[in-house]
Amino acid sequence: MSRLASAFARAKAQNRAAFIGYICAGDPDFDTSLAVGRTLLNAGVDILELGVPFSDPLADGLTNQLAAQRALESGMNAAKVFELVRRLRAEFPAAPIVFYTYYNLVFANGVDAYIRAAHEAGVNGMLTLDLPPEESGEVQAAAKKHGLDTVFIVAPTTPDARIATIAAATTGFIYYVSREGVTGVRADSAANIPSAVARIRARTQLPVAVGFGISTRAQVAQVAADADGVVVGSALVNCIRENLGAPATMIARLATVAADLVAGTRR
Amino acid sequence: MPSKPDTLDRFSLPDAAGHFGGYGGVFVPETLMTALSELAAAYEVARKDPKFQAELRHYLKEFAGRPTELYFAEGLTKHAGGAKIYLKREDLLHTGAHKINNALAQALLAKRMGKKRIIAETGAGQHGVATAAACAKFGLECVVYMGAHDMARQALNVFRMRLMGAEVRGVEAGQKTLKEAINEAMRDWVTNVRTTHYILGTAYGSHPYPMMVRDFHRVIGQEAKEQILAREGRLPDELIACVGGGSNAIGLFFEFLEEPNVRMIGVEAGGRGITQGAHAARFAGGRLGVLQGCKTFLLQNADGQIELTHSVSAGLDYAAVGPEHAFYRERGRIEFAYATDDEVLEVFQLCSRLEGIIPALESTHALVEGLKRAKQLGKDKVIIVNLSGRGDKDVEQVAKILAAKS
Ligand SMILES: Cc1ncc(COP(=O)(O)O)c(C=O)c1O
Repeated sequence: MSRLASAFARAKAQNRAAFIGYICAGDPDFDTSLAVGRTLLNAGVDILELGVPFSDPLADGLTNQLAAQRALESGMNAAKVFELVRRLRAEFPAAPIVFYTYYNLVFANGVDAYIRAAHEAGVNGMLTLDLPPEESGEVQAAAKKHGLDTVFIVAPTTPDARIATIAAATTGFIYYVSREGVTGVRADSAANIPSAVARIRARTQLPVAVGFGISTRAQVAQVAADADGVVVGSALVNCIRENLGAPATMIARLATVAADLVAGTRR
Repeated sequence: MPSKPDTLDRFSLPDAAGHFGGYGGVFVPETLMTALSELAAAYEVARKDPKFQAELRHYLKEFAGRPTELYFAEGLTKHAGGAKIYLKREDLLHTGAHKINNALAQALLAKRMGKKRIIAETGAGQHGVATAAACAKFGLECVVYMGAHDMARQALNVFRMRLMGAEVRGVEAGQKTLKEAINEAMRDWVTNVRTTHYILGTAYGSHPYPMMVRDFHRVIGQEAKEQILAREGRLPDELIACVGGGSNAIGLFFEFLEEPNVRMIGVEAGGRGITQGAHAARFAGGRLGVLQGCKTFLLQNADGQIELTHSVSAGLDYAAVGPEHAFYRERGRIEFAYATDDEVLEVFQLCSRLEGIIPALESTHALVEGLKRAKQLGKDKVIIVNLSGRGDKDVEQVAKILAAKS
């Protein structure tokens, strides 16, 4: 079983959804980001989703845009992102780590070489936001070859007929984005998540995680009732942004916030 | 008749998934996939619908002012002392540039699709102004994204858009130019996709945009071909157009692609010279990548991060180039050159003085190359330069630059 599959299986056995925590690699700098990753995994985050900072994150809201900007300004590059993964992997041998990235970063120097390097660093899966299944042949082949899981998105606008196409390209989990829009915190929770999850489940056996706009324990609990996984990003990134000058406070705050959100996954 | 395997069939591209050979395609977040295929389907029906085509022709003529003249530029020709230079006068169109061809057509398409809210990005402001005009004309809500840096250097166009009822939203991210405006427009589209049509302003992005925008500008080359045959009794030797995303260039070139004796040259922004961050000449300093919806030539660093760009002209100040241009360059069918800021500023003044025509800074890039080539060609040769827009929007900016230089 892959690390991702085990994480979902373990959560299921404990009658809860898997908690997928998102941060941007290198936000606000390499060392702090390493401490942040460590804190999240120690707080019970099941799957760490690492955003690879990109100059043009067009699927992201302001919170994640600024995170990527902080990371890039601190000097993060491809080599340092891989190094960050290696360091986390050394401390947490079993934790699944998933890249959340944009296709040009994967494509620029050869898809196969990039995915091999990611795998060697300890990455277990990859979600490429601007890569639809139709254009993903090269990524699928390299992922299979190097033993990396693929993650693809289903959106509210995805027709039923496309879900099968998306599932066929996916080996890790389906990421259901709970509303049209970019990443970011929202006060209200998206409606119709149960029916959307059911719509996907009817067409694939893959785990279904739900994300985009989920930021409170109550929202996590609501989503966890139906989904196999809950993704929280901007709420964690905001803890970083709000405590930029005070790393110790930042880490303490993240530990509390993450533990509280993780507790919401119990059914 | 059996065709040679390498025969060029300009209508065979792109394929159903938007590929021009190894370029183009569809690279967007999943939320937009359905909107793009609905758009492709709607366009497929519209392009074959005589009613849509007739309506478009009507507005192009009565609202936009087509056909535009093919004007013999006597002063520039004399100055160069070689080939005859003709100007395709897209600058005479309503709102001041070729952009209105596409904006009107897409606004009509949006109406057919029942979308009442329009968004657009703009660099120089010309596409934004054209879209604002089309939306005012057809009663559509209009939001235009524009980099804050471009808003400052093209302030006149910001005011024009607002006068026509458009909301102009400044974008503060990154270097505050066209690329960031497109990111923000895409974010809006992802959020409001059910009600909104995105009128992309150049032959760029995901399928069907590069094809659709090209088709809407083909009228430039169709007219130019007829006009030059009427004037000179023969085809031109060279066609020259500036290339931001590539819409005015492909619009002029497309009709001539299968004429082997017509050379075509696209002119990119050389800025302060071809060093990192100082230009926007993708074919001079870029390599293959994927940005904002398609696979094409990009200015990027070793990791694939998009590089900063610079050009005196906001409309060419962009890190990527339309996929159809990348394809025809690879085939050796379209050649590319670049003009620097300094060359452009000089010819901006020269054209104004010798012709009584103030060209857009974007179009001036094509004029720079046109003059160079006319000098090298004999007097029996004929060049057409696409004068894609007028320079009224640039006058204030150029005055500032010239004052700082003196
Ligand atoms: C007058 C004019 N010409 C050319 C361009 C560049 O666009 P394209 O390459 O799509 O023609 C612009 C863009 O703003 C423009 O305003």
